[in-house]
Amino acid sequence: MTTATVTPPAPTTRAAPPRRSSRAVPTPSTVARTAFLVVAAALTLGPVIWTVSTSLRSPAESFTLPPQLIPTDPDLTPYIQVFAQINMGLLTLNSALVTGFIAVGQMLTAALAGYAFARLEFRGRSLWFSLVLATMMVPVQVTIVPVFMIIRGMGLSDTLLALILPAIPTAFGTFLMRQYFLGLPVELGEAASIDGAGPWRTFASIYAPLALPGLAIIGILAFNFHWNEFFRPLILTISEQNFTLPLGLVSLQGNMGTGSISVVLAGVVLSMIPALVVFLFGQRPLREGLTAGVSK
Amino acid sequence: MTAAALPTARAAVDRGSGPRSQGPAWRRRVVVLTFLAPTIIGIGIFTLGPIVASILLAFFRWDIITDPEFVGLTNFVDVVADPTVRVSFINTLVFVVVAVTLQIAVSLALAVLISQRMPTWARTFFRSVFFFPLILSAASVSIIMRYLFNEEFGVVNWLLSLVGIGGVPWLTSPTASAVVIVLVYVWQQFGFTFLLFVGGLASIPTEVYEASSIDGATGWRQLRSITLPLLSPTMLVACVMAVISALQIFDQPYVLTRGGPGDATRTAVMVIYESAFRQLEFGRASAIGVVLMLLIMGVTALQFRLSRRFVFYQ
Repeated sequence: MTTATVTPPAPTTRAAPPRRSSRAVPTPSTVARTAFLVVAAALTLGPVIWTVSTSLRSPAESFTLPPQLIPTDPDLTPYIQVFAQINMGLLTLNSALVTGFIAVGQMLTAALAGYAFARLEFRGRSLWFSLVLATMMVPVQVTIVPVFMIIRGMGLSDTLLALILPAIPTAFGTFLMRQYFLGLPVELGEAASIDGAGPWRTFASIYAPLALPGLAIIGILAFNFHWNEFFRPLILTISEQNFTLPLGLVSLQGNMGTGSISVVLAGVVLSMIPALVVFLFGQRPLREGLTAGVSK
Repeated sequence: MTAAALPTARAAVDRGSGPRSQGPAWRRRVVVLTFLAPTIIGIGIFTLGPIVASILLAFFRWDIITDPEFVGLTNFVDVVADPTVRVSFINTLVFVVVAVTLQIAVSLALAVLISQRMPTWARTFFRSVFFFPLILSAASVSIIMRYLFNEEFGVVNWLLSLVGIGGVPWLTSPTASAVVIVLVYVWQQFGFTFLLFVGGLASIPTEVYEASSIDGATGWRQLRSITLPLLSPTMLVACVMAVISALQIFDQPYVLTRGGPGDATRTAVMVIYESAFRQLEFGRASAIGVVLMLLIMGVTALQFRLSRRFVFYQ
């Protein structure tokens, strides 16, 4: 659960990096550069390793210094106690439902709209598309007050749907899928329509299957973002039974930060596991998605 | 918003020149409509509509219970006149400058270093490590860091005590808590700009370096005369995105300090949240939101303008 888990075997396919020093013997500057990288990696991994190992110390011991990087006497009581102190099962279920429905909803709607903007012809297409793009820039904090009102008006206050519905329409996903469909050969669709396939058939049997890698990027990004999001759940949910994981964990730590360290950290570690799985198996699409639309 | 959002149906273009007509015009309209409706209606209700509503609401005083009352520019004046709101905007701007500078410096240095000669496994390892914090939730990271920076039993002060530095009140002194917010934010975010820089560096042709090596250019000279100019388009994108994201900081100060001590770490978004959902001042919250949106747009436009002088396109 420590360093080994964060080195996925994904091979690099990038072009060979620029070579600065081609000597075989390490020079002092090479040593200094490597040392800098190692220190940065240690500072990055340190808090994560501390979190995992402290979550395995007994609740009473977890305050004591010095910290242990490898627990000498692993103790699973924090993992049992966290279930007793907050409803980890329900929190996880809520997070999974919210994240799952948003991810699937985004993939479906973005595939449809992206396809329409890329392949269907209608008047005002570029105008509508730029309108969709324009909303990409607006942060959620600016629209949260009216969204809260609309959710209230729909009678969805303090439900999981309040989190799910507003997050499904995705300008970014629509943009990504449009680019993806534009990259697929137009001849495929032409051939299909010569064979008598209608637009739905052409989309569903020819283009949608080919666009699965693009959809995977949207799904993984949606998962990463909404599994971790804090601001919207803080505002749109009220009762603890509708909390998602980040909200539940913050309330477990408490205002004064007095929640027993190892118990809180056990919850944090558990909440990281799905994200870690995505990191191990979906790092590449995640990386591509995060930097999509940036590099031309 | 929804009905008006779909005049495209009218448009169903009669191109007739396609490989084969896709049925009568009304059928094509229905097809376009069904493809677009979920996204267009959804964005209309949950993004475009709220933007317009936010702008309108900014001119009213409204606590949800009584009727909205038109107050003109009062809410906007508050952004300047109300000490808490003003301080929060100042905090946010200072935070953006410090955090983005640190983030860009760290991620650029690491991206350049990782591009040096090293075994593939080492490069994969470092890249994965620097990327890793991005997959965590800012709330979880802040929970962890709150323990690490605890004055009495935190690991940071324990490490500092080993080199003879006494207990720093990380989360209770105004300056130190602002420093913690910056560090925690950058710790989690540098991986993003790092990825952008790694991508930008990979697109610089190796031949340029080889040619300059033959001419006798060494490390620093190459960095200054080749890497940085050729990387400047990536730098612009990295700065723009890092600034937009930093202007919206909320999770870290909310969990770590609740904006305190005093207003030392209160940010613009925290004031939006508190105005609306603590004080039920929905109009004022909207006004602050509109100011934040204008700030984001203004700063972004400014960066693109300034970039004309610094960015070098091949």
